Amino acid sequence: MEKFTEFTGIVAPLDRANVDTDLIIPKQFLKSIKRAGFGPNLFDELRYLDEGQPGQDNSKRPINPDFVLNLPRYKGAQVLLARRNFGCGSSREHAPWALTDFGFRTVLAPSFADIFFNNSFKNALLPIVLSEETIDQLFKEVSANEGYRLTIDLANQQIVKPDGTKIPFEVDEFRKHCLLNGLDDIGLTLQDADAIHAYETKRRQEAPWLFDAIK
Amino acid sequence: MAGKTLYDKLWEAHLVKQRDDGTALLYIDRHLLHEVTSPQAFEGLRFAGRKPWRLDANLATPDHNVPTTDRSGPIEDEVSRIQVQTLDDNCDEFGIVEFKMHDQRQGIVHVVGPEQGATLPGMTIVCGDSHTATHGAFGALAHGIGTSEVEHVLATQCLIQKKMKAMLIRVDGKLGAGVTAKDVVLAIIAKIGTAGGTGYAIEFAGDVISSLSMEGRMTICNMAIEAGARAGMVAVDDKTIAYFEGRPYAPKGANWDKAVAYWKTLHSDPDAKFDAVVELNGAEIQPQVSWGTSPEMVVAIDEQLPDPDKENDPVKADGMRRAYEYMGLKPGMKMSDVVPDRVFIGSCTNSRIEDLRAAAAVAKGRKVSPKVKQAMVVPGSGLVKKQAEEEGLHKIFIEAGFEWREPGCSMCLAMNADRLGEGEHCASTSNRNFEGRQGYGGRTHLVSPAMAAAAAVVGHFVDVRSL
Repeated sequence: MEKFTEFTGIVAPLDRANVDTDLIIPKQFLKSIKRAGFGPNLFDELRYLDEGQPGQDNSKRPINPDFVLNLPRYKGAQVLLARRNFGCGSSREHAPWALTDFGFRTVLAPSFADIFFNNSFKNALLPIVLSEETIDQLFKEVSANEGYRLTIDLANQQIVKPDGTKIPFEVDEFRKHCLLNGLDDIGLTLQDADAIHAYETKRRQEAPWLFDAIK
Repeated sequence: MAGKTLYDKLWEAHLVKQRDDGTALLYIDRHLLHEVTSPQAFEGLRFAGRKPWRLDANLATPDHNVPTTDRSGPIEDEVSRIQVQTLDDNCDEFGIVEFKMHDQRQGIVHVVGPEQGATLPGMTIVCGDSHTATHGAFGALAHGIGTSEVEHVLATQCLIQKKMKAMLIRVDGKLGAGVTAKDVVLAIIAKIGTAGGTGYAIEFAGDVISSLSMEGRMTICNMAIEAGARAGMVAVDDKTIAYFEGRPYAPKGANWDKAVAYWKTLHSDPDAKFDAVVELNGAEIQPQVSWGTSPEMVVAIDEQLPDPDKENDPVKADGMRRAYEYMGLKPGMKMSDVVPDRVFIGSCTNSRIEDLRAAAAVAKGRKVSPKVKQAMVVPGSGLVKKQAEEEGLHKIFIEAGFEWREPGCSMCLAMNADRLGEGEHCASTSNRNFEGRQGYGGRTHLVSPAMAAAAAVVGHFVDVRSL
């Protein structure tokens, strides 16, 4: 995984609650067997005026001019400002893949669905929970100021606003460590291989039916 | 010290290591795989030169992309065909047992697991699919994971976890006639909201839950994720144990007795403490129908659709207005004003034998209304299909004008050819009514199998109890 470094990026506001992962990346694109290339179909049903298909040339499709990510002022956005329960629904990791492939590196919302939240950390996408009031305030500031940018400083767990004001945020220590260092979870877990083997030996004694049934 | 919750017991039994940083290494007993969320995980293994940690912990079957019509030829959609073929190739290469498309045991992964006894009480069960919560119905800790975690489980047989909070949802009293597990879970979601269970593992309990069949309990746990909870579960009782007797992968002989003794301990202690408790009165639950684009947007069949102007929370009111626009409905209408263009009976929520029986009981001797373009029944697995045919249910459906299909996820998420047209309404026994879920511009109404069948034969949503 890539290291998560401090950055300053344009903020795009997506003003709706309960954005589900079907909306983030519709099912027809889940047929891909790759991890990359989902960006052009991020929010496909909102971005375009027709039904998208995998493998299509998206530059030829009719664009929804009203959708926030199609507005020139949000071009190149790296911070997605969202409402509560972002990422609910399906466990598809294609949702964070699509967001990062598009260029987002962080999502700010009052709350996230558990699976999406977890999946994001595995893909160098930082989901940050802020209070409803703070999120409301950010929506106002983004809408009032073209080119509004925020600095995301994970090491110090703070967001820096254009006027220098700082918004602190919480993040799990382990996840922070993995993001900052770009660590591979699997490699870390395999350092505990002995503990896993020991557990299995004990478990096989206690509950032998859990082993060797499927072969 | 307070007693333990069922979740505490399952957690502790699978704890490999509690780490200093607050995370834990949790052992995974069963890993179910399907074609959509696994290819990138296998690719990751290959790229890192890793092998699966324990082959016998895995079971795979294709379900999302498979056609539910004729399967004698190859899958027509090339992209779907490649994805299914990729699962076959990966399972062959790594040595994972797979029920391929032509195997009679193939089906929706959450139907197949319990049916085979691959799901058992006391297990930790994961799958790259949010509806893995289904398996919690058997006193297991089961939840959906993303593809990175699919790879992690394949490579290490563990997950890095933090313990969730525990919520108890009690449904006491007695359900009225014609009210089913689906109505109960929709009523629960309407009450606590789609984020009500976020951060929690939910245990469902109470008279109503105990009186449900295992199929009904699976329907309830299946939709825990629609209430925001990754895991839903129900304590083990005699029904749970009886369900597994004779299942292919269930323990036999002395192991059976040993397993049963352990399974009987899988319930919350009477003095266990939960972080949150929610109570519902089963007698008050009416047949439910969703009207909007979130599973919390639900009404009882005889209720008027809610007015966003009366909603105090502006974010919620905004969501309701957006839903009305998408669904082509108006506040104050009743669901009986709505004609379903299509009816879908199936999905991991409601495609088991009991669901098909309930729908057939309504369809029997009736005809699908000419107002309905298509009504289809998609069994959850090849074995459910076989059993239904042995009971003659397929004849009832076919005579009534329903299509009788091959098993798979089908129109629940429309990754195969089964889908809604733009603007079409669907009476669906599935789990999600999100925009576009069942097809671009499609409008989903979540209902029980009996309510779906009733809508099909009457030609509009209707209280099944009035037939």
